[in-house]
Amino acid sequence: MSDTKRSHLLHLGVIAVLFALFFVLPAYHVGNLSRIMVLAVYAMGFNLLFGYTGLLSLGHALFFATGMYGLGMAMNSFGIAAEPALLIGLICAVVMAAVVGFLALRTSGVAFMIVTLMFAQAGYLTILYFGAYTRGDEGFVIPQPDRMIAGIDITGETARYFAALILFAVVFLLIAHVVRSPFGRTLVAIRENEERTRMLGYDTDRHKLKAVILSGTISGLAGAAYALLFGYAGATFATVQYSIFPLLWVLLGGAGTTLGPIIGVAFMFYLIDLSSSVTQAYMLIAGVVLVLLTLFAPQGLAGELRRRVMRWLP
Amino acid sequence: MTKTPKNAFTRRGLLKSIGAGAGVAAATNFMPDVARFAHAQSAGPIKVGFQMHATGIGASYGRWYDRTTQAAAKRINDMGGINGRELEIVTEDDGTDPKRGAEVVEKFATQHNCDIAFGTLFSHVVYGSAPRAGELKIPYFVVSEGHHVASGKLNRYTLQPGITDVKSQVQAMAPFVSENLGKKITMIYPDFAFGHDHRDYFTAAIEAQGGEVVASIPIPPTETSFTKYFPNIPRETEVLYHVMVGPGVLTFVKELGEFFGDQGPQLFGFIDSLEAVSFGSPGLEFLEGSYFWEGNPRHVQADQSEHDKMYRAAVGVNEMGASVDDPKDVSTYAHMFGCWETLNIVKAGMEAAGYAGPDDRAALIEAVEAMTDMPHSDDHPQGHKVFNGKTHQTFGHQYISKVTDGKLMVQHTTSVEDGMYEDEVDYTTMSF
Repeated sequence: MSDTKRSHLLHLGVIAVLFALFFVLPAYHVGNLSRIMVLAVYAMGFNLLFGYTGLLSLGHALFFATGMYGLGMAMNSFGIAAEPALLIGLICAVVMAAVVGFLALRTSGVAFMIVTLMFAQAGYLTILYFGAYTRGDEGFVIPQPDRMIAGIDITGETARYFAALILFAVVFLLIAHVVRSPFGRTLVAIRENEERTRMLGYDTDRHKLKAVILSGTISGLAGAAYALLFGYAGATFATVQYSIFPLLWVLLGGAGTTLGPIIGVAFMFYLIDLSSSVTQAYMLIAGVVLVLLTLFAPQGLAGELRRRVMRWLP
Repeated sequence: MTKTPKNAFTRRGLLKSIGAGAGVAAATNFMPDVARFAHAQSAGPIKVGFQMHATGIGASYGRWYDRTTQAAAKRINDMGGINGRELEIVTEDDGTDPKRGAEVVEKFATQHNCDIAFGTLFSHVVYGSAPRAGELKIPYFVVSEGHHVASGKLNRYTLQPGITDVKSQVQAMAPFVSENLGKKITMIYPDFAFGHDHRDYFTAAIEAQGGEVVASIPIPPTETSFTKYFPNIPRETEVLYHVMVGPGVLTFVKELGEFFGDQGPQLFGFIDSLEAVSFGSPGLEFLEGSYFWEGNPRHVQADQSEHDKMYRAAVGVNEMGASVDDPKDVSTYAHMFGCWETLNIVKAGMEAAGYAGPDDRAALIEAVEAMTDMPHSDDHPQGHKVFNGKTHQTFGHQYISKVTDGKLMVQHTTSVEDGMYEDEVDYTTMSF
């Protein structure tokens, strides 16, 4: 079997498993999985930039929050329906990613990290500054009756799960396609050796800008979907903490792997959830586990899987 | 082969039965808790999911909310539980984070099978969690003092019957400030929603009293040094109204003291600035003679009620508002009574509704909505309250205290009516 065929089977298999899990998991875990799938979309957006292009952004919460507030404010302040609001959230994220990408890509390495971090912090403070409209740190609720897509109430467990699954599946397959496309290969080449890629005739700046825009847009889509599915938009999601989360998820799951983000998000979610049932010092447990994983599986869980067993893993 | 039928009434069997019966009777006599919850063992306990700020910015409040909740639950169980069933508190840390808060509410509803969720303080966690509570149709009793519930932005499953909201608090206090401290006020507040609520509601309330806010000075939430903001306080200021929260509070208060010494305007603050902080802390001496709002007087007053005495002892708080086990561990006394009172309201609501399980959640909400007067009692040690079922918000007394010899001495108690305002929502018209 060719690697391409294996990859197709793997990705479709993951989606099939997630579909099947809805019917076998208890209600609590179904709810968790809905959330995990949306956050995995966020992580996939981040992974495209960090894992495949080699650009470490410490400000991705800005894109997530842009999508979230784009949708949330369109619905709350202007009474726009969910579908066009989702589109508005997406457009806001595209514009934000283009602006940030255009400016931040004038730097590289540590400076790129710092600049993206500062952009995100500026975004967070902007949300607080315009508290009269954004409700600042408190955030706002998107009323349950407004959260309808194509006439379907997505606040029910079943509709929410399948809405999250469709979103996840589309982005998952899109990323799987992109990373195997000539564009994706070029991104990997930039990650491995940007100078050589440029010498080979590729316009690396343009590729990196495209990567930032695509990555930011996917992250913004996740933010918009999160607000729509869970009914809340707040400045907390723009804090630096929410820029660090996708980095942790991707590092844990496996940077530069398509499976890594969903594995990382699920692992981290249940690590916190289970350890917090045992002790209030659960962040200590989480920290120790993260250190151990970094020491003994530096390429993340999916990365180790690729290194040891499935070398064809995309 | 034939079997010899066993005689059901053998001598040995009879002795065993009598012995077992005597044992149960003895256990019932000597272990009253077992008998008390005999029904509970068949029906299971009433489970209250306590959303605790165990970590994050709300941790100092969370610690005391937890102690108060456990003490209230113990008292309720000692009195026979709720509808004869034991009250069990299921605690989950929400990290004072709205995302985790929503996850915790889900966990209460779908994994722990809690009957209700309860106990949230920070407004952003309430906002983040309330939609999930509404969708999962689990009653969500918050103890937050935010105006979010009464503003109509939440849903029928979210109620705040045990503590007043900020709009009510500032409205009730404005007349005292205007009549006793001064009419020209400068406000210093954190530049986020909590501070904006104070700015907006107090500005309106003081203007209604013929006063005026001469300057509003927002402090960015990331600020660690405050002295540079103080020169913006106009000279004409008669009262400086301050309400800061978070880790920078102590620095803020100390720098305020260093800036003004004993020459400044009258100080009027929300005790939120100094909850869980001792007035004996170095640098706070300049607060002597200043005024504070308190939801419940931290220091024992000369006219202390029997109810406060009982409540204070049950939670383990000494007369200075600190833990009886560790006098350095100062409580969040102005807020935490809300947990005690809310649990008692839940008990009363469940008993009125004949609550038997999750199918009766709507009946529980209707029973609480039907409540009005909540007299000053052991169930409501902070004072008399009036609950508005339409807005899901309670109204009660506010206390204005003056720092005298390092103690907060109550100067004025507002009436319940002082804090009342027009309804902004009628949740009872919303369907379940």
